[in-house]
Amino acid sequence: MITTEQEKSGSGTMGQSPRSPSSLPSFLKVSVTDPAKLGSGVQSYVSYKVITKTNLPEYDGNEKIVIRRYSDFVWLRDRLYEKYMGIFIPPLPEKSTVEKFRLSAEFIETRRQALDVFINRIAAHPELRQSEDLRIFLQASEQTMESARAVDTNIFTKSSDLMQIFKDVQSKVSHVLGKEKPVEESTAEYQNLKNYIFQLEDRLAEAQKHAYNLVKRHRELGQSLSDFGKAVKVLGNCEGDALGKAFSELGETAEIISSRLEKEAHSLLMDFEEPLKDYVRAIQSVKDTITERANAFRRQCELEEAIKFKEIDLQKLRLTRPDKVAEAEREFDELKADAAEATKRFETIVSRINDEMVRFQEQKTADIGLAFHEFAKGQARLANDVARAWSSLLPRVEACSA
Amino acid sequence: MMGYEQGLEEAHLYASKEQMASLVLSDHHPSPPSNGSKSLEDPLYSSPPFAEIHANDNHPLHSPPPKQTVDPTHTSLNSFLEPPSYAEAVFQSFDLDSGNVRSLDHSPSASQSFSSDYLRISVSDPRKEQDVAGSLVPGGGYYFSYLITTFTNFPEFSGTEFNVRRRFKDVVALSERLAESYRGFFIPMRPDKSVVESQVMQQIEFVEQRRSALEKYLRRLAAHPVIRRSSELRVFLEDSGTTDVAPRMVDQQVGSSPSLGSVDGGAAAAGMSDGTQAAKTGRDFFRIFRELKQSVTNDWGGTKPPLVEEDREFVARKEKLQEFEQQLSNVSQQAELLVKSQQDIGETMGQLGLAFVKLTKFETEVAIYDSQRARAADMKNVATAAVKASRLFRELNAQTVKHLDKLHEYLGVMLAANNAFSERSSALLTVQTLLSDLASLNSRIEKLEAASSKIFGGDGWRIKKIEELQESVRATEDAKNSALREYERIKDNNRKELERIDKEKHDDFVSMLKGFVVNQAGYAEKMASVWKAVVEETSEWICE
Repeated sequence: MITTEQEKSGSGTMGQSPRSPSSLPSFLKVSVTDPAKLGSGVQSYVSYKVITKTNLPEYDGNEKIVIRRYSDFVWLRDRLYEKYMGIFIPPLPEKSTVEKFRLSAEFIETRRQALDVFINRIAAHPELRQSEDLRIFLQASEQTMESARAVDTNIFTKSSDLMQIFKDVQSKVSHVLGKEKPVEESTAEYQNLKNYIFQLEDRLAEAQKHAYNLVKRHRELGQSLSDFGKAVKVLGNCEGDALGKAFSELGETAEIISSRLEKEAHSLLMDFEEPLKDYVRAIQSVKDTITERANAFRRQCELEEAIKFKEIDLQKLRLTRPDKVAEAEREFDELKADAAEATKRFETIVSRINDEMVRFQEQKTADIGLAFHEFAKGQARLANDVARAWSSLLPRVEACSA
Repeated sequence: MMGYEQGLEEAHLYASKEQMASLVLSDHHPSPPSNGSKSLEDPLYSSPPFAEIHANDNHPLHSPPPKQTVDPTHTSLNSFLEPPSYAEAVFQSFDLDSGNVRSLDHSPSASQSFSSDYLRISVSDPRKEQDVAGSLVPGGGYYFSYLITTFTNFPEFSGTEFNVRRRFKDVVALSERLAESYRGFFIPMRPDKSVVESQVMQQIEFVEQRRSALEKYLRRLAAHPVIRRSSELRVFLEDSGTTDVAPRMVDQQVGSSPSLGSVDGGAAAAGMSDGTQAAKTGRDFFRIFRELKQSVTNDWGGTKPPLVEEDREFVARKEKLQEFEQQLSNVSQQAELLVKSQQDIGETMGQLGLAFVKLTKFETEVAIYDSQRARAADMKNVATAAVKASRLFRELNAQTVKHLDKLHEYLGVMLAANNAFSERSSALLTVQTLLSDLASLNSRIEKLEAASSKIFGGDGWRIKKIEELQESVRATEDAKNSALREYERIKDNNRKELERIDKEKHDDFVSMLKGFVVNQAGYAEKMASVWKAVVEETSEWICE
């Protein structure tokens, strides 16, 4: 069983990332803890304890503990995405592609933290928290969960796949309408939103990349300091006398600072780089939703056009083939119903997106504000510790100049 | 501009402190596209030719350029970010105490012994010259000459300020002359002759590297307590009568050209007379050949085993020095890697800051919600701090290079010491060769005398031969005595230098340590205060 320092207590708020939002007056709080490696070889995976504390009547009991794995979280996300069009579904941490990295302690810890944030965001969202699928996820037995996952034939597709559908629909519409131009909302509001999200993603991804590199640099600096310290110590030994001693102490100090840097690298990863990555993922989730909106719009347009043609057909038929009219009228009514539904769907998505954007911006400001705070705190502490360590060496070096 | 920077950054990190300092000037990069304007307003940022950037550094009376108080990084961003407001002056005082006074002369213990005497040299203004005399292709050859500027109050100089033009060949000649005159001293190593492939390095970079290397070399010579007063150096620095001071090919075998020999006061210090010409085996190819054979041969009839250094104390010190050299080399390598890491973290911090600056501008421009504006404000604070921290890392690194450069200097001193020790060995070999010559001459005389005495009335031929041999013996005896004197002189020089190095090494390394530690501590403190401000500014986001 893998335990991290945070997870020793198992349940409660210890494992909570500060970004996991506290829930509303009706109480629903979840924690993802105690990662454990199960299975063997290629089939090995990590399971997590998911502990739910609630006072909601729909749930049985005040506290429930279930075991879940990453793919269960994916299932939940997919179902929510299908059912709650227009809502920004909280992002999941990525699948890991590199085999040896997959089971490393650091990876497991960052994933656990991200899953915890994920589930709590759902629990805090006014609409999502009412989801039946959430209840299943939090309460069902492991077997039920497994069969639920198997059933789900993965109708859900990522935004890349959605892009493909988008293109298909686009070509269909072009064919029907005989136009080249893709059909898209032309309002300034939509265009601004789209541009904003796309550009934000680019810039954020860049910042996140540098944050990740910064973590690496801390480690590298730690390593070089350590190596330098070791070499200086050896030099000190061969020198002897006060100077030799000063060298040795320099080496000691360098090694101390080196391990401090390593610690800071870890904190930087968990408290700064991960939140940034989370932000990028969240933006991607918004992108998915916007794509859904675009699809809904297209469908609506497509149907409207189809109705127009159908109407013309109908009129023709009334004149030429009265026997076909009844059937055609039926089809026409069906089309109109479809169109109405498509319009309603589109409008729901639009209104939801508008609400979500406000929430999203506020949420992000808070999340990132905290991440900045932690970042600055970490750097300040590190710098202070480093300054102290070097300063303490100074009097001993001074002593040598006698 | 990019090539210039890359050349600097990829060139050997220790190549020149001026180069590292100028990394502070030429930042990594041009404003992000969203800003539109390039930072052309800042004159420091538009690509200056090499010579200009170093103009200040070359003036011997100027200390190395103080740290930039206005960072020319992104002038279009400077209005966006706060300029560095903290007092750099506090910092410079650290440096002035430990570093600057010394670096004026580039000499380690200069402040102690030579406070009133000075010899300040700088090398500048590389100029392409037609090589009329030596080129194989008529009118096609060229070389570079450098302006050597000297300020001094040494009485033996004919003035206080000199400007001469010299080429690399002249410097090589100077180093060879010094090697002959000052055997046994730890003579600073001259810069490499080897020319780097022109595909790797552009000519302008090569010339700059060479200029810098020459300057360092001459300054080291000027820092050596004995060599600084040599006539060879003085002539090199002040004699502008001839631009071509390099000896002709013919001269190289003999060594010092006659004109120098007669003016020579420095040679007198070395205690040479004409009789030692024969003992100057460095140039006597025949003798070299014999000595090689000698050192290889096991039995030459002598009673002493070859080349044993009787001086136990010397052997012990030499071994200690060799071990020191090895460890030093190791530390020097790790130091280079440390500097690279410090550079990297500074760069990444800067890139992070810039990325946030872009984000901030973006969010500010398109902000619809107040939460966006709040976020943009937070981001701006972090961006500013990150950019400041990045600058601090760069400055720290420049200082670190300056201090740890001492390691590199001493590696050079070790090389010089090894040379001095091999001069000693070869002088000893000369003595032993001559002793063996004497022994064999004398044994031949004995044999001849024995044979001759058996013949009544003497053997005309043999008697003549004996006289010739006795003549040789006398000459060889003289040579041996000279060689012995030379050997003793070199031994004495070795000893004096070892003592000098011991003392200077201690002082230099203490000051290096101090400088290094003070810098690390000082810059860490500055960084802490930069981040502390952001901690306070973002404290509203802490949850319960």
